[in-house]
Amino acid sequence: MRRRVVVALLIGSAVGGVARLAAEQPVEIRISAKKFEYHPNKVTAKLGQPLVLVLTSEDRIHGFKMPDFGLRTDIVPGQETRVSLTPDKAGSFSFHCDVFCGDGHEDMEGVLVVEA
Amino acid sequence: MHHADRRDFLKLAGLAGVTFTAGLFPERQAAAQAGSDFHFVQFSDTHWGYSGPANPDAEHTLEKAVATVNGLSKQPDFIVFTGDLTHTTDDAKERRARMKRFREIVSALSVKNIRFMPGEHDASLDKGEAFKEFFGATHYTFDHKGVHFIVLDNVSDPGAKLGDEQLTWLAADLKQRKTDDRIVVLTHRPLFDLKPDWDWTTADGAKAIELLMPYQNVVVLYGHIHQENHHMTGHIAHHAAKSLIFPLPAPGSQPKRTPLPYDAAMPGLGTRDVAVAEKVSLVELPVTKG
Repeated sequence: MRRRVVVALLIGSAVGGVARLAAEQPVEIRISAKKFEYHPNKVTAKLGQPLVLVLTSEDRIHGFKMPDFGLRTDIVPGQETRVSLTPDKAGSFSFHCDVFCGDGHEDMEGVLVVEA
Repeated sequence: MHHADRRDFLKLAGLAGVTFTAGLFPERQAAAQAGSDFHFVQFSDTHWGYSGPANPDAEHTLEKAVATVNGLSKQPDFIVFTGDLTHTTDDAKERRARMKRFREIVSALSVKNIRFMPGEHDASLDKGEAFKEFFGATHYTFDHKGVHFIVLDNVSDPGAKLGDEQLTWLAADLKQRKTDDRIVVLTHRPLFDLKPDWDWTTADGAKAIELLMPYQNVVVLYGHIHQENHHMTGHIAHHAAKSLIFPLPAPGSQPKRTPLPYDAAMPGLGTRDVAVAEKVSLVELPVTKG
């Protein structure tokens, strides 16, 4: 009986460790930008799952601003811009270009859907 | 902060507009010096060069507004244009062609004392280079009958920043003012976070507001959002003007900031008369009289 409990604890500990590891490994989401769109313009994530947004630009400097999570960065052509985020609330959260890029700039936006 | 009360609006008999009657200089006593009263007109967001379904009359709307203002029985002391004089284009040559044509159209204004400032459509793609060629500096001050006007540029930086250099310049200018001086700030974007996810903000606008806060009689007039909006940050009133190209939706009233459907009566377009006395009042002027 005692032996079974020890094994169960070990298994339980191992499962918990895997779960913690999974929770701590950020999921990469790649988003590319060009006039006047993001691709993809809709991305999905799980509540509490650490994310790294890997942002690139195909043409010129764009912006990436997600006010609901207090995020903003420039996206500079020729380099990857990495933004870390752990969503702590579920819902749909818009992001947009906040570096004026021409006629169509106002339409350059996307959404992060965080599922509970 | 609070939104200005709609009850402060009164219909003015005989005027094709609505006046905003709240005292815009809250600490100013009703002791304006004789002869210091004046009024000026604000144009905003004319977007010359725009072509699209949001305004099939785009080639004529600005001319109609010029005619309306020329028809005012009491002509303004001066006229201000709070940005987006032209609609943006990637073509630098076309940008200059639009500015040239815009300047020709507004040269028909009877009042020749005109102050221009850029919007992001004019200045963000070339950091204000073409605008400066046609209209001069993008930030500056001027004084008129005891009122100090400060023009701020929050568009030449494509990231919607005033920038540290301009903020330092603003601080130096304000140091020369007394705390009860009457100050009118003219700019394109809202200095406060009106709707950040629609880009209706200035990245470092809070720093400008902080610099202005010690001054008791400050009013901010701006454009960018293509509609009237009245907002207070502490004692500082911020008033957005209508555009002359197409109206945009009220902040957050629809999922996207797409233009409102075209209405041939152009109810959402117009200019604004700003009367300055012991109080300042705003009268909205439709594109065409009647």
